[in-house]
Amino acid sequence: MEYGFTTAAYVVAAVLFILSLGGLSGQESAKRAVWYGIAAMALAVVATLIGPGYGNWGLTLVMLAIGGAIGWVVAKRVQMTEMPQLVAAMHSLVGLAAVLIGFNAQFELGRVLRARAADAAAQFEGFAAVLAHKTPAEIAMLKVEVALGIFIGAVTFTGSIVAFGKLAGKIDGKPRKLPGGHMLNAGAAALSLLAVILYSTTGAPVLWLVLITLLAFFIGYHLIMGIGGADMPVVVSMLNSYSGWAAAAIGFTLGNDLLIVVGALVGSSGAILSYIMCKAMNRNFVSVILGGFGGETGPAMEIEGEQVAIDADGVAAALNEADEIIIVPGYGMAVAQAQQSVSELTRKLRAKGKKVRFAIHPVAGRLPGHMNVLLAEAKVPYDIVLEMDEINEDFPNTDVVIVIGSNDIVNPAAQEDPNSPIAGMPVLEVWKAKQVFVSKRGQGTGYSGIENPLFYKENTRMFYGDAKKSLDALLPMID
Amino acid sequence: MKIGALKENYEGEARVAVTPSSAGHLKKLGHEVFVESGAGVGAGFSDAAYQAAGVTVLPGAAALIGDVDVVVKVRPPAEAELRQMRRGQTLISHFWPAQNADLLELAREQGVTAIAMDMVPRISRAQKMDALSSMANIAGYRAVIEAANNFGRFFTGQVTAAGKVPPAKVLVVGAGVAGLAAIGAAVSLGAQVYAFDVRPEVAEQIESMGAEFVYLDFAETAQDGAATGGYAAPSSPEFREKQLEKFRELAPQMDIVITTALIPGRDAPKLWTADMVEAMKTGSVIVDLAAERGGNCDLTVPDERIVTENGVVVIGYTDFPSRMGAQASELYGNNIRHMLSDLTPGKDGVLVQNMEDDVIRGATVAHDGDVTWPPPPPKVAAIAAQKPREKVKELTPEERRAKEIADFRAQTRSQVTLLVGGAVAMLLVGLFAPASFLSHFIVFVLAVFVGFQVIWNVSHSLHTPLMAITNAISSIIIVGALLQIGSGGGLVVVLAALSVLMAGVNIFGGFLVTRRMLAMFQKS
Repeated sequence: MEYGFTTAAYVVAAVLFILSLGGLSGQESAKRAVWYGIAAMALAVVATLIGPGYGNWGLTLVMLAIGGAIGWVVAKRVQMTEMPQLVAAMHSLVGLAAVLIGFNAQFELGRVLRARAADAAAQFEGFAAVLAHKTPAEIAMLKVEVALGIFIGAVTFTGSIVAFGKLAGKIDGKPRKLPGGHMLNAGAAALSLLAVILYSTTGAPVLWLVLITLLAFFIGYHLIMGIGGADMPVVVSMLNSYSGWAAAAIGFTLGNDLLIVVGALVGSSGAILSYIMCKAMNRNFVSVILGGFGGETGPAMEIEGEQVAIDADGVAAALNEADEIIIVPGYGMAVAQAQQSVSELTRKLRAKGKKVRFAIHPVAGRLPGHMNVLLAEAKVPYDIVLEMDEINEDFPNTDVVIVIGSNDIVNPAAQEDPNSPIAGMPVLEVWKAKQVFVSKRGQGTGYSGIENPLFYKENTRMFYGDAKKSLDALLPMID
Repeated sequence: MKIGALKENYEGEARVAVTPSSAGHLKKLGHEVFVESGAGVGAGFSDAAYQAAGVTVLPGAAALIGDVDVVVKVRPPAEAELRQMRRGQTLISHFWPAQNADLLELAREQGVTAIAMDMVPRISRAQKMDALSSMANIAGYRAVIEAANNFGRFFTGQVTAAGKVPPAKVLVVGAGVAGLAAIGAAVSLGAQVYAFDVRPEVAEQIESMGAEFVYLDFAETAQDGAATGGYAAPSSPEFREKQLEKFRELAPQMDIVITTALIPGRDAPKLWTADMVEAMKTGSVIVDLAAERGGNCDLTVPDERIVTENGVVVIGYTDFPSRMGAQASELYGNNIRHMLSDLTPGKDGVLVQNMEDDVIRGATVAHDGDVTWPPPPPKVAAIAAQKPREKVKELTPEERRAKEIADFRAQTRSQVTLLVGGAVAMLLVGLFAPASFLSHFIVFVLAVFVGFQVIWNVSHSLHTPLMAITNAISSIIIVGALLQIGSGGGLVVVLAALSVLMAGVNIFGGFLVTRRMLAMFQKS
């Protein structure tokens, strides 16, 4: 098939990809947007398959079928609460693929150069044919691109695996660094830079490439290990961005505009998403990426008083009397799989004519929008699920607030204690409501390890226990 | 344990220390409950109602005191009552140990354990038994009702066909529990409410109740309520002068004045002087909630309602809670019940006088033939220390304008710097990089811009689907693998095939998951 046809198909695919991302601005158009994405992907693959210099149909189809089957099964089986882990795990695949493709490019380059040295008129097929036309300057550039693609891909790979482990609870969520901390990362990065220069100028290129890969593996691992569990939403979207940049770098290597366009789209969208989230947490983007909360400025404010517990009877009585209720879900709801019970509670309360709404903090859960997805899964209508800015002013007029498994996002210390590590982070002002019930497993602190003065306030009652069990105990008492 | 409630013998006292509903809770703690016949009549609880709740009704105080282990009361006990009690018995009531030294001495002689409901420390844990707060709440509400009853006008402003009615102006002095309750009641009646307190940190509470805080411009270091357990402390003479000056200025405008200013262990401060009363309009009402301790107003006569020469009504009743006997008894009964539940930690009907417990220690004024008042300071401070708050400076329009211009300049400067820096970097790249690279680079930069613009519009709730779909889209890397799979030798093909496999997982998994998520979003 003609080269022009493939390019034309790529143009259509690129437009469809842009529409697909843009379509996510609304719930209804998003459903259409997914189809744009699928169509674009199919078009891209088919156009490449029938494009110039293509071979090995059989192997491709077999691999695609196996991969597709795995993907299909995983996607069908996964629980909505495990979504963050899944996304992180899939990022690692893209990262690894980028590394492999980068290495392939180097192998092909080496083969082409050797063959050209031996016989200037040698014939090549496929990708190698493209390489064969390159000038020495272009080849140097190509090497830089290959190294960059491999570096980013390798960082994405190990970083995503660590993020997956932390999100799945397989690795401890606390920030952990090897002695040396950031200097170790900086050293590894400097070494990689050196290796890139050596790779593009000297012989034994594969060796240098392997060194770059290993260094990048280490950086990805160490970087993400140093970031606390509470920052994982930012990390996941950042890794998402990296996988895009890796694809773009590979696109440069292969001279493929579609790869460049889509890689850049994914890369910039992930970066923007990380930025939006950091802003929602009032955190410095750079300090999140480099790990840790940054230096603390003084001792935290002492909290005095005690946490007063309450049983299901008490909560039910208050709910039966309340007119305005706001539910603030957090990661604890996801852990306890309590979204169905929350939905049932909402349905019952609404049936009694009470105004029930949900307040979602931008960083509630372990992914941006995590809570929205869970509530949607439990069939909570999305028009009563509100964002922080929409609902924060309504708390003073609210009779009862139920906080289900969230902690840092309702921590008044962010506003009251200038020395708190989360000082200045916008939080849901639940303590302004008449009554606050906090459903919580025990007296422990949240992911950031910060004590929460909310639990000691006079209008707060602690409803201890697993969120799902607590809510299920509550349900029969709502009449 | 047997718990018995005496009939209050104080003239006009309508409250009772145990109600049928609180008796039910006491029985759950393993206690037996008794009341003196007729104890609940003033509050509207008949003997039959008590019996229906499983309470034994005994005729006469002597029989009750003789029979029970714990005597509960509202007012401080009369001497005669205390004399009838025996060693080891417990008395729970108001006691006012500072004012009733003789009574305290008698309790010690009798060997009675006396728990004073008015001495419960003001810590969060003890709020449920804080009778002063629960009674002050009622007093504040009732003060407004009494004021309204004596005020010959509407509280709320109206515009009617028969003419315009201005809203009543109410000033509440002292924003403790009673003051805040009064503000709440007056606001809900529709009045314009102003409130004053020496503790500036309560301004927020006052405003939260819907009243306006009367701000006093005074440079003295602000009183910190935390140091005094949340109560007001005496103020300096200069401050007092300034305060009275402000009140003098307000007096002619106010229709209703409700004073609730009390300092623990002292006579009530005189805040509303005779000349202020004189300056008020005919028909205005002053309700003095501090009357029992001498009153905040010069003209207050305790337990009386007087009318001044210029027609201002001054109410000095001291029995506001008792005037709402049923409600007050319910709340007081609950305070008593919570006190007893703290005293019965095992819920087995056995009283444990734990003198290590801050609350029990604080409230116990006589125990085991010994006077235990005043108590040592509690281990837990009542309220967290106030952090000084930074004031956000109001900007004048000129300043704001100047700031806007400065901001705009800074923005322009940073943007121009970035653009120039970017352009120079590009030119440098252009000097060395081959032309084919640059043609791809244009595409790359444009795509980055498109990505930035598109993502800003994505709504927060769809961020997870966005992440899933970008994840699926990033498997476009399959194109790279496909380009390589048909070229070169064995290793290259194997690696490319693996890449195709992984990208395949991602394509199918990513899109499917996204679809699953989006399918769940639905409208109500």
